[in-house]
Amino acid sequence: MLDADFFRRWMTATAASVDREAARLTALDSPIGDADHGSNLQRGFTAVTATLEKEEPQAPGAVLMLAGRQLISTVGGASGPLYGTLLRRTGKALGDAAEVSEEQLTDALRTGVDAVMQLGGAAPGDKTMIDALVPAVEALGESFAAARAAAEEGALATTPLQARKGRASYLGERSIGHQDPGATSSALLIAALEEAAGE
Amino acid sequence: MSDEKLVGIVLVSHSAAVAASVAELAVGLAGGGTTAPVAPAGGVEGGGLGTSAELISAAAASVDRGAGVAVLTDLGSAVLTVKTLLAEGDELPAHTRLVDAPFVEGAVAAVVTASSGADLAAVEAAASEAYAYRKV
Repeated sequence: MLDADFFRRWMTATAASVDREAARLTALDSPIGDADHGSNLQRGFTAVTATLEKEEPQAPGAVLMLAGRQLISTVGGASGPLYGTLLRRTGKALGDAAEVSEEQLTDALRTGVDAVMQLGGAAPGDKTMIDALVPAVEALGESFAAARAAAEEGALATTPLQARKGRASYLGERSIGHQDPGATSSALLIAALEEAAGE
Repeated sequence: MSDEKLVGIVLVSHSAAVAASVAELAVGLAGGGTTAPVAPAGGVEGGGLGTSAELISAAAASVDRGAGVAVLTDLGSAVLTVKTLLAEGDELPAHTRLVDAPFVEGAVAAVVTASSGADLAAVEAAASEAYAYRKV
């Protein structure tokens, strides 16, 4: 079973890898975006870590609801409402149980990913975070490691795609050949699950 | 029609200067007399380009006179942030709507219409109609 500590470790591990990869995320966002993805997420997840330390939410759902709220407040770019919605809807779906199963997390995360698709209007293949998150949720039933591998593969597979959502879509065919920064950061979020589980 | 219950307008842009200037333009073009309350929510706190949920919430609260609030946005994170705040339920005043409209022309149409005492649906319709004004 996964308790609030697991979810705190998930957020802390995500913050650490976003810190580590911020320059790369911003570099990926330079040719097809506005070169702020790394710094925006870094600011957001730094705020998430600080708030979780201060408020010490005691249930998995509460941890994600609070983390999502911070991202919406502090990121300043489209990834704020998108990741904020992902975490808040996932947290809401987990309810106020003190512990949840991996199966419950998978179902809740699927709800969160659906909410992101609805908010941004993106579908798989549009060269967005959805291209990492959808395969990750599918593989999560198997293991955290499988989810990480699926998310990383999904992120890499955005390179030949033409962007159909967001600022990158203005570039049309010129968006082809670049890995999507949002799918890349989504893969970091999913990889952090495995770290939190200590696998 | 009551002057005290005008629809409020919030203008959300990635740029503080754009939001403030469009607000100034729309109020200027609305002419003399009573104009609807208009608040810009541009950029992020501290002045950079981006979208601030806090600035949007504060702007919406500041123009809420009880007749509803129409929110116009430029693009990307401005749209997504307003949609997210609306989905949260308690972040924006009751009867706040994201209006699908071109930013500048829609803002002028919204402020002129709201200043006449029209209700939220009429303000929304006028702003959206601005998509249909052909220039050539």
